[in-house]
Amino acid sequence: MARGVREFINKGIEVMALGAEAALLKTTFLGMEAVVKVRLPKKYRDPELDSLIRERRTVIEAKIIKALTDLGVNVPILLYTDPKTSTIIMEYLKGEVLRDVIMDERIAEACNYLKQVGSFIALMHRAGIAHGDVTTTNVIISEGRAYLIDFGLSKFTSRIEDLATDIHLFIRSLESTHYKHKDQLLECFTSGYRLRIKGLFNKVVKAAKEIRLRGRYVKERRHEAIHRHNK
Amino acid sequence: MRKVNEVMIVLGIESTAHTFGVGVVQDGNQWLIADERSKYVPKEGGIHPKKASQHFMIYAPQVIAEAIRKLKKGIIEVDAIAVALGPGLGPCLRVGATLARGLAAYFNKPLVPVNHAVAHVEIGRYITGLKRPLVVYLSGGNTLIAAYANGKYRVFGETLDIALGNFMDVFSREAGLGPPYVINGEHVLDICANKGKKFISNLPYVVKGQDISLSGLLTSSLRMLKSGEVQLEDLCYSVREIAYSSVIEVAERGLALTKLREVMLVGGVGASTALKSKFELMAKDRGVKFVAVPPKYAVDNGVMIALTGLQAFKHGVVIRPEEAYVRQRWRLDEVHVPWLEG
Repeated sequence: MARGVREFINKGIEVMALGAEAALLKTTFLGMEAVVKVRLPKKYRDPELDSLIRERRTVIEAKIIKALTDLGVNVPILLYTDPKTSTIIMEYLKGEVLRDVIMDERIAEACNYLKQVGSFIALMHRAGIAHGDVTTTNVIISEGRAYLIDFGLSKFTSRIEDLATDIHLFIRSLESTHYKHKDQLLECFTSGYRLRIKGLFNKVVKAAKEIRLRGRYVKERRHEAIHRHNK
Repeated sequence: MRKVNEVMIVLGIESTAHTFGVGVVQDGNQWLIADERSKYVPKEGGIHPKKASQHFMIYAPQVIAEAIRKLKKGIIEVDAIAVALGPGLGPCLRVGATLARGLAAYFNKPLVPVNHAVAHVEIGRYITGLKRPLVVYLSGGNTLIAAYANGKYRVFGETLDIALGNFMDVFSREAGLGPPYVINGEHVLDICANKGKKFISNLPYVVKGQDISLSGLLTSSLRMLKSGEVQLEDLCYSVREIAYSSVIEVAERGLALTKLREVMLVGGVGASTALKSKFELMAKDRGVKFVAVPPKYAVDNGVMIALTGLQAFKHGVVIRPEEAYVRQRWRLDEVHVPWLEG
């Protein structure tokens, strides 16, 4: 982190969470409650590949947060970025992760938030942005509103395939983590998504199905192939 | 059932891809009775399903006979016949399924259907002693991250296109490094990569959420290879670094998501020294336990089918021979695993 910035951060830094790729530290920045997100070096990677990945993801995350702020999608406010040390400082959102709301069986509440998430993802998609990691752990619920986080795998894109990948990943996260309420929660998400994505809906859904069929050992694929053959 | 309080013995047949294997196991410390295998090794190219199945048809009788010979009284001691009905290559699967149905019908033994992927996980758990690990299953045909929850293994991440082992074989073949793809236990891509020095940075590294994609890396690396502008060893190194790192990254994401404290590596690709040392570095940094299933049982074998069949049989999983169709696309997450419940 650049030296000057250190002065604005308080001394009592507290580790909030250790994610798969980054450490989240709670601090105050210019008198405001803030989160420092540092993408940590990975010893298992070639050093050049490692810095490439960390720098690239830090830069894209900052860019996407700015773009989404302009679009009116709920995201934490970006306060500071330093690609060289793969550090981002952003607004601290007091609240809980959507995953925990579902794990608590507060399904009606979760459904409401998922509608918001669906409409945010649709807004992003219409603006040519794919999230790249749509899961219920990447949504924070703060003061009754859903906020999207974690844009390291996001990208600016014009390909339907990238948008459909978001849908595919979201469905998969429901299947692996929230299998009990999968269908209901997907319906909540979809109702929000459909409303805002408008004309693109059928295209994206069709592409998402294709991605799924491309996966390994998918049963439907065989039936599809036979079906095509018989046409 | 015939012997209620006695030790139960199950014979398992594996024939999903390149290995025809027959294992016989029983309960208790003296669990392993027989482990017989015959492997089809293509002279050129990859596995040709029909040629592999022809190999199986020639060698299957003697492999089965060898396994049964390890039993004092012969097949009469066996309580059930287990067979891998999928996922795998159709012609290969049919050889094992036909023989298993025949044995079950002729000797009047219950037939137990086993999913090949579940069997890889189960033998891994048995040998490593891990109870509820995050499973990383890497082989020629599989690349997935899974963990058990509520009656089934749930898939957290997988490849969106080709499997890691398949990727390594195709790249090596195009680069003239194989077949054979494995020399003295190490893949030819690893052997080549170990001589590389320079990381080539303009190759695609693709992680999408919990999933990886390797087809773009294959296309770009082969294009680079044909251009002749890079050293083969450097290309091997870069390709390997990217492919392995992406797998480890999604495994790490799986750990963060599930909060599990153990990682288990299964499948043939898990024999790679370079891959294992990367996993060890990741596990050490996260403070979790990492265990790779030893190569002997990480590759395809009949013992894992017998062992999984034994568990399944004890929980009443049986199938009528006339219903025991092969299932080429039988996903890991479709299988009910009652022995892990509770």
